[in-house]
Amino acid sequence: MLLIEDLQVELSGKLLLRHIDLEIKPGETHVLFGPNGSGKTSLLMTILGMPGYVVKNGRIVFKGEDITYMPIHERAQLGIGMAFQRPPTIHGLKTRQMVGICAHGREVDVQGMAEEVNFGHFLDREVNAGLSGGEIKRSELLQLMAQNPDLMLFDEPESGVDMENMHLVGETIAHLLQKDKAVYHPNGDSIADSRRKRSKMGLIITHTGYILDYLEADSGHVLYNGILSCPSNPREILRCVAQNGYQECVNCMVPLSAHLLEELPTANAD
Amino acid sequence: MADSKELRQRAEAARDKVAAIGADLDMSQYEHQAETHQALAEDELCTMPAVDQQNLLLSGVDVSGKDRGGTFIMKDASPLHCSSHQDGVEVLPLKKALEVHPWLWDYYWKLVDVDADKYTAAAELDLHDGYMIRALPGAKAIHPIQACLYMDQDNIQQNVHNIIIAEEGAELHIISGCATGPHLTKGLHVGVSEFFIKKNAKLSFTMIHNWSEGVAVRPRSVATVDEGGLYLSNYVCMRPVNNLQMYPTCHLNGPNAVGRFYSILVGSPTTDIDAGGRVILNHPGCRAEVVSRAITNGGKIMARGHLVGKAPGIKAHLECRGLILGGGAMLAAPYLDGFVDGVEMSHEAAVGKIAQDEINYLMARGLSEDEATATIVRGFLSVDIPGLPPQLQAEIDKAINATDEHAM
Repeated sequence: MLLIEDLQVELSGKLLLRHIDLEIKPGETHVLFGPNGSGKTSLLMTILGMPGYVVKNGRIVFKGEDITYMPIHERAQLGIGMAFQRPPTIHGLKTRQMVGICAHGREVDVQGMAEEVNFGHFLDREVNAGLSGGEIKRSELLQLMAQNPDLMLFDEPESGVDMENMHLVGETIAHLLQKDKAVYHPNGDSIADSRRKRSKMGLIITHTGYILDYLEADSGHVLYNGILSCPSNPREILRCVAQNGYQECVNCMVPLSAHLLEELPTANAD
Repeated sequence: MADSKELRQRAEAARDKVAAIGADLDMSQYEHQAETHQALAEDELCTMPAVDQQNLLLSGVDVSGKDRGGTFIMKDASPLHCSSHQDGVEVLPLKKALEVHPWLWDYYWKLVDVDADKYTAAAELDLHDGYMIRALPGAKAIHPIQACLYMDQDNIQQNVHNIIIAEEGAELHIISGCATGPHLTKGLHVGVSEFFIKKNAKLSFTMIHNWSEGVAVRPRSVATVDEGGLYLSNYVCMRPVNNLQMYPTCHLNGPNAVGRFYSILVGSPTTDIDAGGRVILNHPGCRAEVVSRAITNGGKIMARGHLVGKAPGIKAHLECRGLILGGGAMLAAPYLDGFVDGVEMSHEAAVGKIAQDEINYLMARGLSEDEATATIVRGFLSVDIPGLPPQLQAEIDKAINATDEHAM
C-alpha cells in the first residue's frame, strides 16, 4: 500500500505541493488530472525520491515503511518504478543493457519483452538516443516490464503516441497493472479470485484520459495549485473538466478545504 | 633505399633535439643496456611467469595464441617469440627482416623522420628491435596478429621500431599490447611505427596499453594510405602512466582513402597524457575521423586533433569529449585546416561532468549512485568502431569493464 499524509513539497525554495493525502491499496490504479504546472509530475517525482523535491511536511509510507527520506534506488528496490515522460539519453549504454539493469539480476527474456512492445529493433540503440515521443514511451514500458515494480508511476503515457501504438501502450499498461480488460482465467481462477490476487498499484497522470479506454481506474484525483482533491470516478472528473474546465474543480474544492485555499491565486487557472 | 650511414648521421645530429610537444625527458636517467632474454618456442610461451601472462592478457595478448593469427613478443630488448599461422602474413623481428628482405630498407624511416626529435634519434642510434608485419597482396587475415612489447627490467629505456605493410587488397588486423612487469618502477618506451596501406588494403591497429606509474612513453607513428585503403587506429590507455606524448599522423595519399583514429584515455593522478591524431587528406573522396574520449580523475590529459584538407570533396570530422571526475585537468585542442574549395570538415569538443539527471534515471531503475556513475562512465568510454572485428571490439570492451577502479 502507498500512503501519503499531509505532504508538502518544495522545489528550489518554491512550494509546489501544499497538501496531499493519498492512499493507493494493492490492486488499485489511480488517475491524476490537473492543468499544466499544477504539480502532477512533482508528486510523482517526490514519491520516486528525486533529489531537489524537498519534503517540508508530511510523510510517504510504502509497504509499511516510511520512505519519505529514502534514496531513489532503495525505493526502486522496494518496488517503486516510473515511466518517465522525458528521460535523458545515456550515451554508450544500449537499451538491451538498460533492460538488464532494470531486471536487477533476475533472468528476463529481453528480446521477447521488447517484441511485445514493438521495440525489438531498438535494443542495440543507446538508451533514448534519437527516439521519438512514442518510442520513448515504449522504451519506458519495456524497462518497467523488466523492473516489475509493485507501484508504477506513469507520467502522461499517451503523449506523443500515434493511434496505432496507443493501443499497444494502453494494453501494456493495463497488463502491467493487472487490469487487463479481457476476462480470462489464467490459473483457472474465477474472476473474483483473480481480482483478489491483484497486487500492483498504479498512479497515472493523464490529460486526455485515453488510457481509461484500456483499463478501469479505481479512482481519480484533481491536482490544482498543489492541492489534491476531488477523489471520485475518473470518467466523471474527465467529463466535468472537459465541460467546465479546472476552475470548476476549484469551486468544488472550496467547501472541502477552504482553509487551504485562502492563499490560492485563482486567476491563473488554465 | 635508406642510406644507413646518412640515417645515422642525421640521428647523431638530433641526439639532443627537444621534441615539439611534451615534457622534455632526460634520457640519461634510463638504463640503455638490457640483459638478453632467451627466445621461447610457441609451446614454451606458457612457461612465462603467470603474472607476466596475466599482464599480457590485460593488453589483449594471449600467449596460448588462441584465436590469433600470429604472435610477436619482445621483452625488454630481446625478441622473445615470433610466429605466424596465417597464409600470406609474415611476422619477423625487424632486425632479421632487414637482413632477409633488402627491399625493406625502402620502407625503413620512410615516413617518420629519423631526426624528428631525440626519441626518433635514439630509436636509430640504439635500436633494440621491433617487428615487421606484412600481409601479401590480397591476403585476408582471419584472426588478428598480436604484438606485445613488454618492459620488465627496472629503469630500462626500450627502443623499438616497427614496420607494418598491408599490400594491395590485403586485410590485416593487429592487436598491440604494451605492458610492464610488476617490479618495474621506472622506464621509458620509445616506439617508432611506420604503416604502409597500399591500394584497397585495410589495416586495423588496436593498442591496449597497460603501462605503470613510473613509465614514460614516446610513440612516433606515421601511416600512409593509398587509393581506396583504410587505416584504423585505436588506442586504449586506462591504467596509470607517468608521461605519455604522441601525435600519430596519417597521410591519405590516394583518392577515397580513409583514416580513422579512436582514443580512449583515463588520467590517474600521477598521469600526464598528451595524445592526438592528425590526418592529412590529399585526394578527392578521402575521409577521416579522429575521436577521443577521455576521463581524468586527477591527472592531466591533452586531447589533440588535426585535420588538413588539401583536396576538394574530402570529408572529415574531429571529436574530443572529456569528463573531469574529481580533480585534474582536461584540455582539448581540435584544429582544422582547409586549403581548397569543397572541403567539408567539422569538429566537436566538450569538457564536462556526469549529468545528475542521468544518475537519477539509473538510480530510479535500482542502481546505487556509485553503480549508476560507473555505468555512465563505461558508456561514455565505449565507442562503436565501425570496421573493427567483433573480437577486437570485445577486447576493448573488456579493458573498459576491467578498469572501473582506475576511471573513478
